[in-house]
Amino acid sequence: MYVAVKGGEKAIRNAHKLLAKRRRGDTDVPALGIDQIAEQLSISVARVMAEGSLYDESLAALAIKQARGDLIEAAFLIRAYRTTLPRFGYSLPLDTAKMLIERRISATYKDLPGGQLLGPTFDYTHRLLDFKLAADGEVDLEEVSMSEPETGPVPRVTELLGDEGLMDADVLPEDDAVVGDLTREPLGFPADRDLRLQNLARGDEGFLLALGYSSQRGYGRNHPFTGEIRFGAVEVEFFAEELGFAVTLGTIKLTECQMVNQFAGSAKSSPKFTRGYGLVFGQSERKAMAMSLVDRALRWEEFGEECTAPVQDTEFVLSHSDNIQATGFVEHLKLPHYVDFQAELELIRTLREEWFNAHAGEEEIQEAAQ
Amino acid sequence: MTSSVRTVEAAPDQSTESQYNFAYLDEQTKRMIRRAILKGIAIPGYQVPFASREMPMPYGWGTGGVQVTAAILGQEDTLKVIDQGSDDTTNAVSIRSFFEKTAGVKTTTATADASIIQTRHRIPEASLREDQIIVFQVPIPEPLRFLEPRETETRTMHALKEYGLMHVKLYEDIARNGRIATTYAYPVEVNDRYVMDPSPTPKFDNPKIDEMAALQLYGAGREKRIYAIPPFTKVKSLDFDDHPFEVQKFERPCGLCGAANVYLDEVILDDKGGRMFVCSDTDYCEERREAGHLGDMAADPAAVSLTTSTAGQDAS
Repeated sequence: MYVAVKGGEKAIRNAHKLLAKRRRGDTDVPALGIDQIAEQLSISVARVMAEGSLYDESLAALAIKQARGDLIEAAFLIRAYRTTLPRFGYSLPLDTAKMLIERRISATYKDLPGGQLLGPTFDYTHRLLDFKLAADGEVDLEEVSMSEPETGPVPRVTELLGDEGLMDADVLPEDDAVVGDLTREPLGFPADRDLRLQNLARGDEGFLLALGYSSQRGYGRNHPFTGEIRFGAVEVEFFAEELGFAVTLGTIKLTECQMVNQFAGSAKSSPKFTRGYGLVFGQSERKAMAMSLVDRALRWEEFGEECTAPVQDTEFVLSHSDNIQATGFVEHLKLPHYVDFQAELELIRTLREEWFNAHAGEEEIQEAAQ
Repeated sequence: MTSSVRTVEAAPDQSTESQYNFAYLDEQTKRMIRRAILKGIAIPGYQVPFASREMPMPYGWGTGGVQVTAAILGQEDTLKVIDQGSDDTTNAVSIRSFFEKTAGVKTTTATADASIIQTRHRIPEASLREDQIIVFQVPIPEPLRFLEPRETETRTMHALKEYGLMHVKLYEDIARNGRIATTYAYPVEVNDRYVMDPSPTPKFDNPKIDEMAALQLYGAGREKRIYAIPPFTKVKSLDFDDHPFEVQKFERPCGLCGAANVYLDEVILDDKGGRMFVCSDTDYCEERREAGHLGDMAADPAAVSLTTSTAGQDAS
């Protein structure tokens, strides 16, 4: 019995002690170091940073450790921490053309300026369990021959298409335009693309994956090609009013995906390619790709398309993408509801009584007929 | 209100929670929330959007109420937190200890001693006073949500005072069941203007919010809305002339304290149909027992386990 009239406080304390014990596991096994998580589970760390909406690898690693590997719980820890941080201002827009590239691929061109760079990827690995990893000790790391990193800017595929007029241009906002921020102002509808992209960037990977997938299977289909995916480090710059110039705060690793979508033209717009955009902290290609599919689907109104599928429904997508909100509300069903249940219990007893009274005569009639 | 700077370095003798600002939220956030509260009070029953923050407890577990309480809490306040009417349900315990640690305010279980009462799903049986504030935790603030899922639509409906859909729903209840089959979160009209969800309190509590002496604040964290009912405001539960609003009636009084006309919880005693009905408001029940009132099952062994602190100590 977890809730008696008295005693809830003690039960909670004990439950938390037990949790701490279970989290640690068998003490004969060495405890995980934060650096081990940050170095060896970097994809988990990336997901927690993206959905936690805070770029800090060691905090994300700590959150993963504390959450026993539950990544949504870890993102929640990061969000709750993030909310207490003072905000000094907004960084300058990132320039991903200046990214120090670790991986960059295009599915639309065989070769292109800046080249194709496979980089660290699961793609083309055979998904066979590697039992060498299960054995203790270090795995031999073979020397990797690295090509010289590109030093100059690597132009984005969409810009190459744009130069020819084939790509729908993303209109740059006015210099003094205020970019929406749903962590400072509650999300309202209709939501413009800045807010939509912010929402998707924080959104749940699984939810976006499923929505993106649904668009591929015909629910709001928009014929995507992967224009390019790039992953690497980008400098974050902050314009300091006191100094009168921008200072570099540091570098963050990002995955950017530009989806190129066919568009046959409409009454509003000439035939051209259109863009779906994804940008995520860390190496997270699945999320970046899914995000760009969803972003493109949500742009139906701009291009005069029909809205027929869930993935195109801004209010539906944006209201349900946040897994911290979703997990809280789904799991709140664990909380006691016995006051409301009592009310329903009384009602259902009354309704049943009335039903049986009303149908009492019928059985007798049936029996008599037999 | 105090404004201490958050210390980043961990002090060894302090718990994690005490390293944050008074009542956890920073002062700017509190000001933002207070502005929303004031707007809510100025427009009774209107849902004010606010930039709800992530809190260190999950959405759906009282983050709206917690933010409202954090914004209005001062060092002189005495806080009471209840869930399902009880001070000792797990989530009430958790929220109370959160404010004990982050604000260091006095807490109480006695309704009369509290200046702020945060609640989920119940309103205390004892009448509240003008110098008290009751803060409700709200899961879904929009009374029209289950009739129209789109926020863009429901906001327009409120703006136009277009509540026909709600009346149709209540009418359909009567047509199907012979009665209005809404037992909790029963919609009300506030100050002859806005239709409002009184949060999932049983409709038994609806008459209490009409002309209530205390200020009522409603916080929905996940849905990012705050609304309010100022003291002594008319609040009418929606109904029809031929089907007037009525509250739940229990056939028997509380088994422990003998109180009639209170909301009761059903406690199942065994698997042979044995059950007893006890006050959902545990403080009210306790005070009555201390004053010498005894229910017909007060001497029952099952009742003893409900009124002493021996049960519920294991973690599972």
